[in-house]
This record gives sequence, structure tokens and C-alpha cells, in this order.
Amino acid sequence: MWFRRKKKPEAVAADERAVHVPKGMWVKCDSCGQIMFAQTVADNAEVCPKCGYHFRISARRRLESLFDNGSYQEFDAEVAPTDPLGFKDQKRYKDRIAQYQAATGEKDAVVNAAGTLGGIPVIISCMEYAYMGGSMGSVVGEKITRAAERALAEKAPLIVVACSGGARMQESVFSLMQMAKISAALARLQEARLPYISVMTDPTTGGVTASFAMLGDVNIAEPKALIGFAGPRVIEQTIRQKLPEGFQRAEFLLEKGMVDLVVHRTQMRRTLAELLAIFTGAPPPPP
Amino acid sequence: MNDPRDFERPILEIEEQIENLKLFGGEAKREKELAALQKKLAKLRREVFAKLTPWQVVQVARHPRRPHFLDYVEALFDSFTELRGDRRFADDPAVVAGFARFRGRPVCLVGHQKGRDTKQKLLRNFGMPKPEGYRKALRVMRLAEKFRVPVLTFIDTPGAYPGMDAEERGQAEAIAYNLQEMARLRTSVVVTVTGEGGSGGALALGVGDRVNMLEHSIYSVISPEGCAAILWKDAARAEEAAAALKLTAKDLLRLALVDRVIEEPLGGAHADPPALFASVAMVLEEQLSELAAVDPGSLFDARYAKFRAMGAVAGA
Ligand SMILES: [Zn+2]
Repeated sequence: MWFRRKKKPEAVAADERAVHVPKGMWVKCDSCGQIMFAQTVADNAEVCPKCGYHFRISARRRLESLFDNGSYQEFDAEVAPTDPLGFKDQKRYKDRIAQYQAATGEKDAVVNAAGTLGGIPVIISCMEYAYMGGSMGSVVGEKITRAAERALAEKAPLIVVACSGGARMQESVFSLMQMAKISAALARLQEARLPYISVMTDPTTGGVTASFAMLGDVNIAEPKALIGFAGPRVIEQTIRQKLPEGFQRAEFLLEKGMVDLVVHRTQMRRTLAELLAIFTGAPPPPP
Repeated sequence: MNDPRDFERPILEIEEQIENLKLFGGEAKREKELAALQKKLAKLRREVFAKLTPWQVVQVARHPRRPHFLDYVEALFDSFTELRGDRRFADDPAVVAGFARFRGRPVCLVGHQKGRDTKQKLLRNFGMPKPEGYRKALRVMRLAEKFRVPVLTFIDTPGAYPGMDAEERGQAEAIAYNLQEMARLRTSVVVTVTGEGGSGGALALGVGDRVNMLEHSIYSVISPEGCAAILWKDAARAEEAAAALKLTAKDLLRLALVDRVIEEPLGGAHADPPALFASVAMVLEEQLSELAAVDPGSLFDARYAKFRAMGAVAGA
């Protein structure tokens, strides 16, 4: 379940870790504290060269990093959120939508793209955490479903990159039903024997994990990504004790058998290309 | 904060008076008094239940006397054979699964089970399943598919258990896998939300060809308390959250997210369980008959179309 933990000023500040740092500026690693040229970090796929910390990146930056030559065609860009329940807490959902759209330039929390990866035509849906914590409402559900349907129609592999706090409460049961909708679409890919690879990035929790993120033919996680169903704080409240270090991190899930691979961001493209080539019968990607 | 069940207090008081009178019954005067009280009770129930707020509906859905899954099993089905365990790790008593007969027809039954007394509550983990519960459910539903037996699921859970052990054993994967596999199960599935439909932990038994909700049951992406704590930063504002979440059966029917609302007896399911069971049986009978005529090969497409249509987007 997504929520913003700290009180934030009026306009939505981009998440501290979500920024694509402008060129020529300095950046400090959240993990080791090293101060580096932003360009140095950018050239290393937004990974700290010193400690390997993976900075959070935008959906579009991620898509660039995965597709051949960083080029892709976006589709379903026109799909936009509504406020089906007229939801209002301390703020109107309508106003939140406008605010996040203005802050991120995205209509909602996912970008659909088509292109090639290692020469293989693929469909990629990538979540945008800066938009309401990547929470899953109707648009996320609809677009990932459409991505799966397009993969089915084009007999192409599907990759979904998750980055989400989970359900979007402001869409209540509409949000919940997206879990069933996307999972049903993935069942169709299963029956068509088309590859689906799930890439989990920090964080992947709640209804997103409990639907498409865990359903990959291969489940891949980025190092140290938080991955789970219940959030750490909810678990701590339930069991009334602190969670051990590393609980629900990518390496923990690897040990428990829930993800196949933990892959460093700089190796992600190559790993995906190799797996897809094997699954689709394509020749091995060039080294 | 007031006791959220205050609205029911006047009803309970009259019920108590009636019980007391019955103990000393027999005299003509008392009989007359009893009749008057019963009339008053019916009137009061009508008044109170005609204008339940969403928050009050939540209380009815969670009512300690509300019929639980095993009560339905007992009342509606014959020769229930429970099958236990996920064949992987353990048996989860928060989910009950097995085979039975419904008016002679073989059926597969799967449901969340809340406990009624403290011992039972602990045994059933308050109806909050762990991964092995969901895996057992799917294992038994697969048997139903294999032998072409229709599946009836009964949903009543605060949610999937948010504990360390559940996380370690893949709570998310267990739920996700059920969603995917139920979508393509080649046997008919009828889902009935009887009490609390708590988020993914409910939905993991909730992908079917027909989805029913009892009149005073709820279905929500998060509990009103949880939602209030997050969005209002104050769990005590659950009443507002309950209204905002549109979690009642009436709301979900209007939003086309469920197919049918099953009316409850006056005063809620717990006021007259036999009447409730009769209503539920009637609907299940009707839906099973409809679905029996459907070619199992076409179920997946129809189920896909049904869930595919859920969502509200612009610019599509
Ligand atoms: Zn570092």
C-alpha cells in the first residue's frame, strides 16, 4: 500500500531517490555517502560506482537503458486516470492526479513501450514511482493488461518493471481488481507460451507483488530492492518486534526461493537479452 | 471513539427482554407482552437496517455472531469431506477446502474460516491465511477441475496474514499464482463474499464466473482503519474512510464489480441464519445450473472478459 511517509511541501517534490540528476552537478550516495559527479553516476546506469547502491530512476530512463540504442515507441500514452469514486480524504483524488501529472509529466504510474532488446522485438511496461509512489489504479491495470494483449497479438515477449508501493487506495476495489485483471492477462500469455519476465526494483510491495510481479517465467530483482506483500511497518506492528536486517530485500528473496536472480543494473539488459534469446529461439545476442 | 456497534444496542436490548420473557413464558399476559416486543423488534430492525451507514455495514460484516464458512458448510451441503494441507509445507486452518454435495450435485468448497471463540480464533488465525492456505485452496480447486466439479468459494477474511513467516514463504507469490490460475481454471467457479472481503487475501479466492456479495458484506482494497491511518493519519477516522472506500455490496453492484447482491434477513445474517442460508442456496442453485450448461473450454475467455472490463480510465 503506497503512501508518502514524510510530510511534503505543496508541490510534489520528486522522491529523494527518484531524480535523474542534471548534468554537471554533484550527487551524494544515499548509502555510502560518497560525493560524486552526477555524470559519473549517470554513466554507471545510476549506480554508485563505490558501493553499488542503485539510485531510483524514472520509467523513461529505465526504458532507455533496456531497449537497443535506448530507442522505443511508446504506446497507450493517452490512457489517463479518472476519479471513479469521487474519492476525497484530506485532499481530493482529482487534485492529487493533477498535482502528480504536473510534477512528473506522466498521466499515471506506468509507461508502455515497444522496441527491440538484443534484436528481439519486446513489449515493456515500466512503472513510475514518482507518480503517487507507483501505486496501482485502473490506469496501471489497464496499461499492463494492454501490454500483455499486445505481446499476445504480436507474439512478443513481455517484460514488466515493477516499482510500486502497491494498491491505490483512492480507487478502492477498482484498484484491487487490477490484480485479477493483469493476472488473467498473464494467464493468456502462459497459454500462448510467450515469455514474461518480471523485473522488481526498489520498492515492489503490496498488490503489485501479489499479482504480476511474482508471476514471471523468470523473476529478476535489482540488488537490495525491497520486495514483499505486507510492508515492513505493518509486519512489525503485527509481530510487535523489529524485523531483522535485510528482511524482504532482494537477496533475502533469492535465498527464500522467490526470485530467480538478483541482477546488477549494468547487467540487466544483457541478462534479459540472453534469456529472451533462449526462450524465443533467437540467436545468442552479440557480446 | 464510540463503540462502533452502538447502533445495534437497542435491538440487542429488546432481544434480551424477549429471551427473559421466554424463560418465564406461559401466562397469557406474558404472551401478549412477548408479541408486542417482537413487533417492536421487527420495527426497530427495519428502521436501523434501512439506513445503515457504510461504517455500520462494516460492523455487521464483522459481527461476532455472523455465520462463518463452516456454518454454511453445515447448513447447505451434505457429506462434506475436508482435504487438508498444501503438500508443500503445512495445513493452514484459516482456509478450509474439500468436496461435498449440494442438493445431490458434487461441489468443491473453499472458504476462509474465522474462529468464533478465542481458541478457535487462534487456531484459524482470525481467518488470515498464510501462503500454505492459498496453495491448499488451489490444489483442491485443481482437483475440482480435473474431475469437472464446480467450485464454490466463500470469502470472509480481514486479509492475508502480514507476518514474517508468511512473507518468507511467499505470501505475494501464493496470492498472485492463485489469481492467475483461478482465471484459467477449466471448471466453473462461483464466489460469494459472506463477510469481510479484505484485499488481496480475499481476492486470492475470488476470481470466478459469478461473484456474489451478501447484502451486509464488504469488499475493499484496505480496511477502513488502515486507510484512515494512512490517508487521514488517524485510524479513528475509519468511519469516513469506510464511506470513501465504497466498500458495501450495494456500491460494488452499482460499480459493476460484482454480479449479485444476496439479501440478508432483517437485522442481518446473524439475526436469522436459516433464512440467510435459504437465500444463499437459492442463488447458488440458480448459478450452478446456468454454469453447468457452459462448455468448460469457454470459461476462461468469459472469465477474462469479465475481469478485463473492470477499471475506470479516460482516453482509452
Ligand atoms: Zn555509494
